[in-house]
Amino acid sequence: MEEALNFQVIIDNFTYFMIGRYPNGPLGGLGLTMYLAVVSCVLSFFGGLILGLLSLSRYAVIRHPVNLFINTVRGIPLLMVIFWMYFLLPALMGKTVPEATTVIMGLTIFTSAYMSQIVRAGIQGIPKGQTEAAISTGLKPWQAMLYIVLPQGLRNMIPSFVNQFVSLIKDTSLAFIVGVSELTHVGTQINNRTMAFPTEIFIFIAAVYFVLCFAFTSFSRWLEGRLAWRKSI
Amino acid sequence: MLKYTFDWSIVTSGKYFEWLVSGLKVTLELSAVGIVCAFILGLLIAVLKMSHYRPVRWIATAYLEFFRNTPLLVQIFFWYFGSYKVLPAAVNEWLNSTNFEFAAAAIALTIYTSAFIAEDIRSGILSIPKEQMEAARSAGFSYLRSMQYIILPQAVRITIPPLVNQFLNLAKNSSLAMSIGVMELTYQARQVESYTFKGFEAFTAATVVYLGLSVVITALMDLYNKKVLNPHRA
Repeated sequence: MEEALNFQVIIDNFTYFMIGRYPNGPLGGLGLTMYLAVVSCVLSFFGGLILGLLSLSRYAVIRHPVNLFINTVRGIPLLMVIFWMYFLLPALMGKTVPEATTVIMGLTIFTSAYMSQIVRAGIQGIPKGQTEAAISTGLKPWQAMLYIVLPQGLRNMIPSFVNQFVSLIKDTSLAFIVGVSELTHVGTQINNRTMAFPTEIFIFIAAVYFVLCFAFTSFSRWLEGRLAWRKSI
Repeated sequence: MLKYTFDWSIVTSGKYFEWLVSGLKVTLELSAVGIVCAFILGLLIAVLKMSHYRPVRWIATAYLEFFRNTPLLVQIFFWYFGSYKVLPAAVNEWLNSTNFEFAAAAIALTIYTSAFIAEDIRSGILSIPKEQMEAARSAGFSYLRSMQYIILPQAVRITIPPLVNQFLNLAKNSSLAMSIGVMELTYQARQVESYTFKGFEAFTAATVVYLGLSVVITALMDLYNKKVLNPHRA
């Protein structure tokens, strides 16, 4: 131990770490981190659902391009996806786009690709007999998927979705790189201002992320156990 | 809207091409150093996690949970900005004498990845039927020798696919090192963009390189699965 740690800097800046300058200014810190994670999670749930269903389509014309897209996104770093959004969105929309929107779009596209794999596995995990039985009672294939297969599959996917949400919380830290003032950015800001306490600040930030992510990880394990138990009876 | 003339020549030859190549070199170096160190550390943690002594298991569990549940970027910042207060003076001196950005990124990537690799190795070992261990023990091997000659050789074979997957994750995660100024591929793509305003070309080049890397390695992996893991399957 070279120098004693002094956590006074955390106490002094605690509200700034948690909510930024809100309510007198824009939301920042942990609040913005959660906002980015929740909005991206909801969007990528639907994105993943659509991509997952399309990737299982009976028509090769749909299936192949969708799989190509999914595998491309999964093959490159999230940071690349965010940079792509950073200069593609303004070019496509013809106007400047707020950084937070850029990050949400990047996170959504990236996470949708991963969520689609969960959806796919969840659907493939439902026995074929279910679809066959549904179709033989007169449902159309899309109705069988929507009313019979998907509701059962979704229940099994919940723990994986929660895990993906944990990844999203961690991934929001990349918003720092395009200058969105979420928790990691606030940390570097305070570090630049105070100079002398980098160790304390980054230990504190890591601890905040840990508490949040560990809570959700434990929740997902508990859900998994419950699902296994329900299946066993 | 799009009034943009493409100029692919800037990323296929000349100075900017060389920047991108040097970036790829750093990305590969970082990934290679990271995967070797992370494998060794991961193996150690996996063994600790399966120890008979509860306190040892707790330490391994705490390590795994902590490093898996905090963002890699924060870990990189911790090692780069904050580690000097908690490391011994000798280590600090040694780190400062090396390329410190690279070292900090390598340490963070190693530790982060080792936590994921440890779980892969552990599930590899647990997937070997315990009769193998019992048979080895009753044939007179000690616990460690049974591990060495019977369990680990089989476990390593089935752990290789998830390990390769972790290597790909590591290569992608190494892009975060740009945030502390390591001049790897993403950093160089960004440099090319800011010097030439040809962002589309620069990011396409980097994207193609990352994709090429994962396509090649995934293909090798499929070959391994076919030839080594399931040699008798049609």
